[in-house]
Amino acid sequence: MTAKEFESTPSPHLTLPSSPKQRDLRAYLPHAIVWVVLLTAPLWMPLVGGYTLLATRVLVLAMAAMGLNLLLGYAGALSFGQAAFFGLGGYAAGETLMHLAPSTPLALLIGMLTGGVIAAILGPIAVRLRGIYFAMITIAFGQAFYFIVVNWNSFTGGEDGLLGFSRQPLHFDTMTVPLSGINYYYLTLFCFAVVAALVAALLRSPLGHAFIAVRENERRLQFFGVKAGTLLWIAFTISGFIAGLAGALYAQLNNFISPAALHWTLSGDFVMMCVLGGMRSFWGPLLGAGIYVVAENLLSSYTDNWMSLLGLMFILIVLFFPKGVLGILRVRVKA
Amino acid sequence: MELLLFNVLNGLLLGVFYALMAMGLSLILGLNRIINFAHGGFLALAGYLAYTLLPYLGFFGALIVAPLLTAVLGVLVERFLIRRLYGRDPLFSLLLTFGLVLIMEDMIRTVWGAQGLPLQTPAILQSALSQTYFFITGYRVLILAIAVAFSIGLLLFLRYTKVGLRILAGASDLDTIAALGVNIYQLRAISFAAGIFLAGIAGVLAAGWQGLTPQMGDALIMPSFVAIIVGGVGSLLGSLLGGLLIGVASGVTSAFYPQASQLVIYLIMALVLAIRPRGLLGKKGVFE
Amino acid sequence: MTDKKHPSGQNHQDDQSSPVSRRTFLKAGAALTAAGTLGLGTRAAQAADKVRIGVLNPSTGTYAELGKNQTRGAQMAAAEINGSGGVLGRELELIVTDTASKTGLAVSKAHQLVSQHGVHFLQGTVSSAVSEAIEQASKDMGTLFVDSGGHATPVTGKYCNWSTFRVCTTTYMLAAGIADTLMKKYGKRWYFLTPNYAFGLTEQAAFESILKANGGTVLGSALAPLGTTDFSSYLIQAQAAKPDCLIILQAGDDLVHALTQVNQFGLQHKFGVAGGMMELEVLKALPESARVGAWSFEWWWNQPNTPHVKNFVDSYRKRYNGEYPTARSWFGYVATHSIAQGATEAKSLDAKKVARVMGGMELPPEVGLEPATLKFRADDHQLMAGIFAGEVKSGGSYPDLFNVLNYEPGASIAQSAAQKGCHMSMPS
Repeated sequence: MTAKEFESTPSPHLTLPSSPKQRDLRAYLPHAIVWVVLLTAPLWMPLVGGYTLLATRVLVLAMAAMGLNLLLGYAGALSFGQAAFFGLGGYAAGETLMHLAPSTPLALLIGMLTGGVIAAILGPIAVRLRGIYFAMITIAFGQAFYFIVVNWNSFTGGEDGLLGFSRQPLHFDTMTVPLSGINYYYLTLFCFAVVAALVAALLRSPLGHAFIAVRENERRLQFFGVKAGTLLWIAFTISGFIAGLAGALYAQLNNFISPAALHWTLSGDFVMMCVLGGMRSFWGPLLGAGIYVVAENLLSSYTDNWMSLLGLMFILIVLFFPKGVLGILRVRVKA
Repeated sequence: MELLLFNVLNGLLLGVFYALMAMGLSLILGLNRIINFAHGGFLALAGYLAYTLLPYLGFFGALIVAPLLTAVLGVLVERFLIRRLYGRDPLFSLLLTFGLVLIMEDMIRTVWGAQGLPLQTPAILQSALSQTYFFITGYRVLILAIAVAFSIGLLLFLRYTKVGLRILAGASDLDTIAALGVNIYQLRAISFAAGIFLAGIAGVLAAGWQGLTPQMGDALIMPSFVAIIVGGVGSLLGSLLGGLLIGVASGVTSAFYPQASQLVIYLIMALVLAIRPRGLLGKKGVFE
Repeated sequence: MTDKKHPSGQNHQDDQSSPVSRRTFLKAGAALTAAGTLGLGTRAAQAADKVRIGVLNPSTGTYAELGKNQTRGAQMAAAEINGSGGVLGRELELIVTDTASKTGLAVSKAHQLVSQHGVHFLQGTVSSAVSEAIEQASKDMGTLFVDSGGHATPVTGKYCNWSTFRVCTTTYMLAAGIADTLMKKYGKRWYFLTPNYAFGLTEQAAFESILKANGGTVLGSALAPLGTTDFSSYLIQAQAAKPDCLIILQAGDDLVHALTQVNQFGLQHKFGVAGGMMELEVLKALPESARVGAWSFEWWWNQPNTPHVKNFVDSYRKRYNGEYPTARSWFGYVATHSIAQGATEAKSLDAKKVARVMGGMELPPEVGLEPATLKFRADDHQLMAGIFAGEVKSGGSYPDLFNVLNYEPGASIAQSAAQKGCHMSMPS
């Protein structure tokens, strides 16, 4: 398959198989592997030099990247302001715990709503634009919120970040579950699973196919009387909800949130995660987040020149593996 | 009222500087179709090279030689890295140059150290022109003069030289001039080098004004992007205008509500994009 | 540290690359069994041979130079401790890691150091935001943390807790140490140039309260965001206010930028230019003509009348190519020595036991290296370090850039724990 072909055809593996007949064991295998790996992560992480908080961090960032990939990989819109919804979700969660009610589920809900609603409000302005203009206006939104958060000391804690909240035990009918490191990992995994399932279902639906049509041939879409802008707005809003939820999880992971969570460089990191793993693959963002987080952690522990190595990784990926790691694997399998 | 006048003038001085950077970026964005995040890295590198060259060449020697050396590095980067990105999704140029920034910052820190360094400017430029307008120093006039000279020079170069005309034509329709037999690889290399040279000039000037730190480019890169978008991609005059506009806006805002002085830059960009999606002087169809 | 030449954490890996694989293999078996029998969340088996301190300093980003100096001081302390028998008879090992001053990365690293490397204690940080985040994380993990260089008052104020100690002073002490000198020298009408985050805002509040108590006037303040590179518009406002003295509260690169531009505009000839915290790193980064004003130093290398200081400076210079120790080097040095002393006196590596000893612990003069005897206050875990108030030497050259006019012992200028909002409660 040539690169050109790859860019322009909506390849079958983008979406999950759509009729039961096709869903043979082989199609399920990658998904099964992913879930087994994630479910057992706290068991095997320590053996390979990881730890639970790192795994949770990967999942949280992967969730935001997966939301972004709806825009980036499927609808083909380069959003460079995803961190804004992520960070706002985080701040909303923190403020909820501090001022509304000490409830982690409520904090997650409000974080998610904050990210999503703000994305829904700003979306109509952004979706009129394409290409780098879309990228720039999303940066503008992101930076605007960044500077608001930085300067609104009394409410957000300003540059120093928001401190003084912590995640709360979950209360069920018969028992109370404290959110220790491990339990919080599984709560995050649960949220991630819900998001992944919804995204998968979305991509299999006609709406998901329409997203790809925005990327591949906007003009034809218009011919059928569908407004690409509306579709983009939907994708933008959904990705905002997902980023908000991820941000709310992130804030409670560290029991701390700072303006860096809204900065455009984090948006850039999310984009890199998608490309690194493979932005045309469903699991690409997860894999990319894993590689990125682990590489950043490991390299910066062992050398002061880790930025060069990370930069080199970016360059090599762009030059030689633009389809990301999953892209390489897939070519191998086919060959 | 005097305060407002001061801040408008001061904003203009700042804006001219953004414009200088923005024009380099705009040149590269226009013809090469590359979103060059590494512009800030080249800027810092030129500043540091000037620091090393200063004892041998003096300030003005370093002001010319350091950007030239940086431009040579720019040509190499174009030849071996950037060239592979032509015709691909702008996303990839963004990520590759993002990676370059990390490497350049790290290299600078390794070679020159993490500690900030001062760049000594000529003594005659160090004093203010008048007691009242104390913020208009000789050095800032120099920045203004150089920025204006390079802006006019660049516009003349593009209008009246063969290479310049080709760059201008290529920026709006590369396929056609390629079909006419122009060596577009050479043309792109020239335009990239010219853009980096401008970044280098800006870097040396910034070093004398603020001092050197490995991450000095970071603070300057975003306002310059905003200047391009506000002015309109593909229009050098637009970049100039955009730079001045955000410089003045940010200067005036800091007179009344300093906390919003950075916010206002992005609000202007969002506003411009919402009303005139292609910027103040932008043409339809460029880079979409 | 076994290798003295390289300040980075690199050697840690190099030194150990061969035993690690075997140990990891053994650990794998152990952890699998443990995970199976005890449930999840077992900490990795910790090798009992060494005492480990995780050092969380930035070596990249804006605060890289400050972080590196803190690490250098810590490594020198570790070498001294190991030279005289280690901690509780065991070798002391520092595991140095870069936080890049990113809070998320720093918290992740703190967990990594504790659960993977089995460190017993944590020290470090430059940025206040990172200090506060690590304070929270160390409390959650039950690990003792010594904040060497993050100044925000809440660390030993509002957020104080049993597991966190701090070496560097609070913003209030920075202000109180120099305020008198400034009022006498320049007059009592002040204008502030303040970075818009906790460090600057709390320092300004401290200066203001002292100034007002002495009948002075606050003419106004310009709040500049962290990371400001162009201060011209703020300086225009300051000049319009015609103060007796411009109080500059920026730190690090921001302070370099601010003073460079003050000098370009010649403002130091119009009114006094002064401020809170000055550092040798900053003076070094300034052009000669911009080295002006009266400031607080938290530690100064030239103390001819204080015993042990010359020794310290000489051995530091021998170790680090003739570089002079800065306040940051001293922070790192004191933090490591304090932890070692605490563990030795408690005869234990248990965080709670060590914390109980360190609250109220006095430092020996060869560690304190100041005219006054230093101790960690028990009720907020703040080290009562003093302030070296003085003036930048005109025409001085590195390292002789500052004249100390007055040493203020920390105990005389610190707010009480209650004033800072700290209610310390030790765990049972």
